Amino acid sequence: MALLEVNDLKTYFRTDDGIVKAVDGVSFQVEKGQTLGIVGESGCGKSVTCLTIMGLNAKRNTITSGNALFRGEDLLTMNSRRLREIRGDDVAMIFQDPMTSLNPVHTIGRQLTEAVLLHRDVTKSQARARAVELLKAVGIPRADRRIDDYPHQFSGGMRQRVMIAMALVNDPDLLIADEPTTALDVTTQAQILELMNRLQREFGSAIIIITHDLGVVAETADDVVVMYAARIAEQGTVDEIFKRPHHPYTWGLLGSLPRLDTDTERLVQIPGQPPSLLNPPRGCRFHPRCPYVMNVCKQEEPELKQVTGDHDHLQRCWLDEQTKDREAAKLLHASMAEATS
Amino acid sequence: MFRYLIRRVLWAVVLFVAVTIVSFVIFFIVPVEPARLIAGPQAPPDAVERAKKAYHLDEPVWQQYGRFMKTMIVDGSLGKSLATRQKVNDVVKRAAPVTISLVIGGAILWMLVAVPIGILSALRPRSLLDRAAMVFVLVGISAHPVWIGLILSYFVGYKLNLTPLGGYCDLINPSTDCGGPIDWFHSMILPWVTFMLLFAALYVRMIRANVLETMNEDYVRTARAKGAPESQVMRSHVLRNALLPVVTMLGMDIGLALGGAIFTESVFGLPGLGKVAVEALNGFDLPIVMGITVFATLAIIIFNLAVDLLYAVIDPRIRLS
Ligand SMILES: Nc1ncnc2c1ncn2[C@@H]1O[C@H](COP(=O)(O)OP(=O)(O)OP(=O)(O)O)[C@@H](O)[C@H]1O
Ligand SMILES: [Mg+2]
Repeated sequence: MALLEVNDLKTYFRTDDGIVKAVDGVSFQVEKGQTLGIVGESGCGKSVTCLTIMGLNAKRNTITSGNALFRGEDLLTMNSRRLREIRGDDVAMIFQDPMTSLNPVHTIGRQLTEAVLLHRDVTKSQARARAVELLKAVGIPRADRRIDDYPHQFSGGMRQRVMIAMALVNDPDLLIADEPTTALDVTTQAQILELMNRLQREFGSAIIIITHDLGVVAETADDVVVMYAARIAEQGTVDEIFKRPHHPYTWGLLGSLPRLDTDTERLVQIPGQPPSLLNPPRGCRFHPRCPYVMNVCKQEEPELKQVTGDHDHLQRCWLDEQTKDREAAKLLHASMAEATS
Repeated sequence: MFRYLIRRVLWAVVLFVAVTIVSFVIFFIVPVEPARLIAGPQAPPDAVERAKKAYHLDEPVWQQYGRFMKTMIVDGSLGKSLATRQKVNDVVKRAAPVTISLVIGGAILWMLVAVPIGILSALRPRSLLDRAAMVFVLVGISAHPVWIGLILSYFVGYKLNLTPLGGYCDLINPSTDCGGPIDWFHSMILPWVTFMLLFAALYVRMIRANVLETMNEDYVRTARAKGAPESQVMRSHVLRNALLPVVTMLGMDIGLALGGAIFTESVFGLPGLGKVAVEALNGFDLPIVMGITVFATLAIIIFNLAVDLLYAVIDPRIRLS
């Protein structure tokens, strides 16, 4: 049994303009100790997917269906008491923006010990000792003194470290990290990713890492889900997705991968805008932006199908496999050539 | 932190001087002869001249202002009433406790009402309670204090006979007709309720908006993600942040109200600063008006300083910067 198994997850928001289908039938699995990367452009539903799993959407205007089985228990339908036991203890989350995710009027020590005391039957001083230990582990210098500081006394990178410490303080089995590095500068980004990799080895947690940067996925993940407009465009292991990408959207993402090893930072954007989730295009959702578009793409949406020969590799595109293999090979070749030149 | 305080105090001094100058000047623009008032309407011209000399009313404005500031700072005296010859200090001293009991009691009552209603209607937007609160807010914001006061005193005081219709009973010194804590409390109920209705409306609206906004903050989501129960999320993360701005507003409103709860005091015949000020204005009694202006300005300044200090204590971002 997988640690987390998400089946046909749908999250719709009722708004004044109509129903926003922010997540529309997403399924994936996360194995114990493994890392899953979820990639996609801004607004494709990555955050909402994770917030739904954590039960953190506002209840008032949200319609949710499908299930999210954590060790077999459905997070979406369990009672709120059981959900609170799991949140912060077995499943923890790091948010996109470290600047606003910590409460400005409490010391970070108070916020960390709060997390411990909610789930462990320990004294305040034991909780505090645990908090200091974690702050040290994430590389906060003079942790035993900084623990009494307030969030505004930390830089963005340091705050994200605090958030990571807070998420790991109860040794969760699953850590959900929503773009943990997007708000940070490049050097800090690399440090935080390195830190997460190291902590994963130490703590053995499974990780879901959300990003719009395939480079981050390549560095951290075992499996990848590529999301486009609230749906999965392609999913598979990192090897499968990077060696044999089978969806034009993934090619676009790979093409726009900024390369840190070459001086000229190449950033080819996919032309066009992601579609509105209020009323997505008929047929394949990517067809208005797809350079390989055919008639069938405008009429009917392709199913998520297995790629022949690859075990866990699924994709949603009408192109025939030969064409896709040829294009994938070209792309691979081009990036190899660039890396070696 | 220390420099922040020094700056606030200097600013307060400037404000004080500015307000007193403006009141002084306004009074001199008004085409009335205060000396005539002192000497009496039938007095011969030379008596008016003597009164002018005696009260220095023949000097130019700036000299009179200088004299006023000097006696205030050196002798701690605000002068004498032109109409009754009473010391202004005594007049203010007698009227201030009335206004202070009205405002402080009113503030306690309006917070007791506004905080729970504001929070509950934010927690259940569009519920029955929320809608009822909104109606209450509308009435409170659009109603005039005199109207509220009259309605209350007619129904509660006259029809139901539960409270006195008006008048004031001293808290400590019993006068001939009434006095002592019980009578005092009795006489203040309706004025307090009037005040409460006026201000609670504004505060309900503000608290509701602040709580709603704070509930959408990222750190509140973080708290939920930690597994905190909803009550703890509210107490420890939402309310503390949502009520910070309320402290500022409360301090400023109390300061302002101390300067003259004119309407409420008039309706209930409370001999507070507002009522005294109205009488003094009608009689062009400059020293009394200035005395009350000084008191009100000081009250506003002191409450604003207190708010700044309190804010620095409860908000670490200010305390530590
Ligand atoms: N509470 C909400 N009510 C209505 N629409 C929402 C709500 N939350 C998110 N959405 C919409 O759902 C879509 C998906 O949002 P989501 O935050 O998941 O994007 P994302 O993939 O995380 O993007 P980013 O990379 O910018 O974080 C967006 O179009 C957003 O406008
Ligand atoms: Mg997001």
